[in-house]
Amino acid sequence: MLGKLSFAAIPYDVPILVGTFLGVAVAGLAVLGLVTYYGKWGYLWREWLTSVDHKRLGVMYIVLALVMLFRGFADAIMMRSQLALAYAGNPGYLPPHHYDQIFSAHGTIMIFFMAMAFMTGLFNIVVPLQIGARDVAFPFLNSLSFWMTTISAVLINVSLFIGEFSQCGWLAYPPLSESQFSPGVGVDYYIWAVQLSGVGTLLTGVNFFTTIVKMRAPGMTFMKMPIFTWTALTASVLIMVSFPVLTVALGLLGLDRYLGMHFFTNDGGGNQMLYLSLIWAWGHPEVYILILPAFGVFSEVTSTFSRKPLFGYNTMVYATCAIMVLSFLVWLHHFFTMGAGADVNAFFGIMTMIISIPTGVKIFNWLFTMYKGRVEFHATMYWTIGFIITFSIGGMTGVMMAIPAADFVLHNSLFLIAHFHNVIIGGVYFGYVAGMNFWFPKVFGFKLNEAWGKRAFWFWLVGFYFAFVPLYVLGFEGMTRRLNHYDNPAWHPWLLIAFGGALLIACGIVCQLMQIYVSIRDRALPENVDVTGDPWDARTLEWSTSSPPPFYNFAVVPHVHDLDAFAHDKEMGVDTRAAGSTYEQIHMPKNTAAGFFVGVFSLVLGFAAIWYIWWLAAIGLLGVIVTVIMRSADNDVDYYVPASEVARIENEHTRKIMAQAAE
Amino acid sequence: MAHAHTNASGESHGSYGSYLIGFVLAVILTVASFAIVMSHSLSPSGTLLSIAALAAIQVVVHLIFFLHMNASSEQRWNVMAFAFTVMFVGILVLGSLFIMHYTAINMMSR
Repeated sequence: MLGKLSFAAIPYDVPILVGTFLGVAVAGLAVLGLVTYYGKWGYLWREWLTSVDHKRLGVMYIVLALVMLFRGFADAIMMRSQLALAYAGNPGYLPPHHYDQIFSAHGTIMIFFMAMAFMTGLFNIVVPLQIGARDVAFPFLNSLSFWMTTISAVLINVSLFIGEFSQCGWLAYPPLSESQFSPGVGVDYYIWAVQLSGVGTLLTGVNFFTTIVKMRAPGMTFMKMPIFTWTALTASVLIMVSFPVLTVALGLLGLDRYLGMHFFTNDGGGNQMLYLSLIWAWGHPEVYILILPAFGVFSEVTSTFSRKPLFGYNTMVYATCAIMVLSFLVWLHHFFTMGAGADVNAFFGIMTMIISIPTGVKIFNWLFTMYKGRVEFHATMYWTIGFIITFSIGGMTGVMMAIPAADFVLHNSLFLIAHFHNVIIGGVYFGYVAGMNFWFPKVFGFKLNEAWGKRAFWFWLVGFYFAFVPLYVLGFEGMTRRLNHYDNPAWHPWLLIAFGGALLIACGIVCQLMQIYVSIRDRALPENVDVTGDPWDARTLEWSTSSPPPFYNFAVVPHVHDLDAFAHDKEMGVDTRAAGSTYEQIHMPKNTAAGFFVGVFSLVLGFAAIWYIWWLAAIGLLGVIVTVIMRSADNDVDYYVPASEVARIENEHTRKIMAQAAE
Repeated sequence: MAHAHTNASGESHGSYGSYLIGFVLAVILTVASFAIVMSHSLSPSGTLLSIAALAAIQVVVHLIFFLHMNASSEQRWNVMAFAFTVMFVGILVLGSLFIMHYTAINMMSR
């Protein structure tokens, strides 16, 4: 009746997990209680959970990303403290079975549910506004993507308290991840969580590609598109091309585990090397999916706060497109040591070195944008400059490992760990945080606190170097990744320093929370409120509308005449908003709960399949199919906002701007 | 918003007849693949080559009859996207063959 599920699956004998469960339960009940106390369930359901508004979905994506950041960071600090303790006979406090789950969960959560969710959140908030569109091309699919991502995050966290998580690392290499060596449910949790979130990500890619190709404001040719939109376009292409490869790879692994097939097993003609090739044919484009939008954020921030157009817009676009294509030609560098031999390694090593050229072009673009500009040292510029330095170091260690001979020494050592945290924290995370600071006033109508933002930056930057430079050293000293305990006295001091670095990063996260709290507390102060919708004197279309933007974004669809359309209009004295003109009715999509229900039924399907509860899985699958059919048969999906309502909202905004100008 | 654009690019959505032709062709190709494998009438490598060829033809049938690809000018975006897809699939397939071939030789796994 309940498949493999029994009371033995609940880890009530592991004190850390019981404590975590109590913490999560108390916090969860507190949130639910507060929502009930203030009677906000109806509001939450109507305005947020069923919303198809890209701005609201973007906010929810970023909230999800921040929650997952805490989960992933909790894993990180447990690993660092375990290695600070587990030395010379001391086993530490995490037994291998638990420790292996922690590092697997850390990687999976940080990539799929922190970074990807953060990136999609920024896409949602920025892209339609930046191209002068009123929503994305497929608003319902957008809501569905969000719910698929969210329920997958729920599923992976359920594994904390019911059963176990994968102990095979974040990419679940066979043969370890085959049922022969991992008979538990951990790998199944991994497969289902990643597969279900992959559906959401793929739909996001399709959605934003279509939006950018089809819904740009009149006059915005491809070479007049803002850089962030360009990076969103290339990332969407990469998503559409690479995520199906991931789905196939994990699908085949799932067939091995569920139906006893032999794609990647040791016996029966399987070949686990093919799994490595497939998973990295997705995995390498994936890291460029994450970093390209971060490059887009830095481009927008640098030109805005240097008070200049971006240096070398064309080369930036070509570099972005070159990276998009080249990112598909390097995947073997993740397994040079697999034994493909010198010919194959030479080809992929050289391709890897080549990809650093367009990336280098971009670094110079940002530097020359700042050169002779009036650089304003806003918190977002701190993150940008911190990124340029940190990412350059990470890029150079990457090129070092692109040399196959060097990689044979460094493969799977802590040097590698230091390298990819160097580019993912110093590139992706710094970029997304800069983006959050930059676009926050656009979404909420007030600015984030500067002082706390800068404190967060310093803790993150210094903490990063303390946490990861020791890992470079340890890599040279021969320490491999995923070690649970060790007895080499030379490693111990470095691991203590790395633990100190992790504590500094924890302070950085606390500062970010403080920043959000202080900003909300002081939101009504005149210096924090953004009345005009253009708090930074910025250059692109999203700043021409009010903050927060009306739900239809633009009352009058803007006409684009030049690159940096809004800067051009301000220079020419054109009112991009066309305030006071004759408004027309606006066609908008209606909110729908279908995405939410497909998500919930998918969660049921995933959970049931993990535990072999087949009747429940059938109910989940049936629920998904029925919901999709009902949604497809529903013709009442849109409505018109009357012109009078548009005029009322727009005139109110104009009046506020006038009132502020008169002061 | 979305459906206002759906027909702007002028693509054809096919007819009952074209779907039926596509379906029949797809069934024939699928049955042929199974027949070749199950009858053991060809050598192993011959079997492999012929089902690969049938799979490639199957892809073309789907593209023409179900995804309505053609060379008309309204389809410029579709054709461009298709060319891009072919390039990436080519990289993936050829790259995997390149990698797995040398791995098999060096690891003596074949």
